[in-house]
Amino acid sequence: MESILDHVIAKYNYWIYVVLMMIGFYAMIGKRNLVKKLLGMNIFQTAIILFFISTGAKKGGSIPILDKYAALQGQVDVNQVVNPLPHVLMLTAIVVGVSVTGVALAVMQRIYRKYGTLEEDEILHKIENE
Amino acid sequence: MRISLQEARDRIPQRDTILETTVRLMVPFIQLYGLYVIVHGHYSPGGGFQGGVVLGASVILFALAFGLPASKRYLSESTDIILANTGALIYTGIATLCALLGGMFLDYSALAKILPIDPISWHSHGIFLVEVGVGMGVTTIMVSIYWDMASAGRLDEGL
Amino acid sequence: MKPLALLATLITGALLLYGTADFAAWGDPQSPPNRNISVRYVEEAVKETHVPNIVTAVLGDYRGYDTMFELVVIYSAGMAVMGILRRRED
Repeated sequence: MESILDHVIAKYNYWIYVVLMMIGFYAMIGKRNLVKKLLGMNIFQTAIILFFISTGAKKGGSIPILDKYAALQGQVDVNQVVNPLPHVLMLTAIVVGVSVTGVALAVMQRIYRKYGTLEEDEILHKIENE
Repeated sequence: MRISLQEARDRIPQRDTILETTVRLMVPFIQLYGLYVIVHGHYSPGGGFQGGVVLGASVILFALAFGLPASKRYLSESTDIILANTGALIYTGIATLCALLGGMFLDYSALAKILPIDPISWHSHGIFLVEVGVGMGVTTIMVSIYWDMASAGRLDEGL
Repeated sequence: MKPLALLATLITGALLLYGTADFAAWGDPQSPPNRNISVRYVEEAVKETHVPNIVTAVLGDYRGYDTMFELVVIYSAGMAVMGILRRRED
């Protein structure tokens, strides 16, 4: 029991992301409303973004904006600067996520215009009865 | 007690002095901040995407306070589309220009053949030019997405 | 349907939590993601681009191709929303 608790405390950040991801995943596959599915997808995405950012963290590290003249002379301690690569990749992921959310909401508005509902089973029922 | 949509709409006042004055005062400062975020992206957190979203939010705020037709007088639809295309073209155009001038695709040091300054400094200036393109594209696309969603594609009344 | 979804979620979560045992602890400067190419970015980016903000340097220069298509993605999203929602006056 002690060892499991130690393990959880040492890796608690990953536990938070996994729980967040499970919430999003359940909303995506368990809910019937399309808007709730989209919200689940956004929660899932947030969990992955947080996970990536946390892999780049360094204890006691400062932001990846350097002093230009010190850096030109090579006086940079890599261990004192957090990893910039996950930040760049997640900037890309956030922008793509915004685009996906926008297009998904537009498609939902179109579906609502045609079928008058956003509940999955009601839409399927209406499609079958056409 | 349930009320119909039309009744709910009638109960909301059409114009609100406090809201309109606040927004009129805030919009220029938000836009100034957005431009600062784009331009100062080399030395502080920021860049084209972040500043573009702030600039887009200022127009969306204007549209929320004054209504969609007023925001279309502020930033007309054709200008919006032209700016979006220009933003995308600035990025791809600079990338292609680098290749045409004898460098690699997106290798900004090749631009030193146009304006002879230090090729390494050209990397910095090239990133700035590209970020301006990104900012223009993101601003206008955000506004365009808001217009389409808020008015269900009619672009007349909006929220 | 709902119990099945819950079961799938729990299994996925359990597998991922099992996988975290091999991950590096939080804030470890010697973890694998921090020992790879990012070291070169931190050391050389300012010398090669004269941009003190390494995130901007990597975004605009080293990974400029990625960022270009990111702009194309957001542009296409705007055009897609326009195409899906616009309707003619009739």
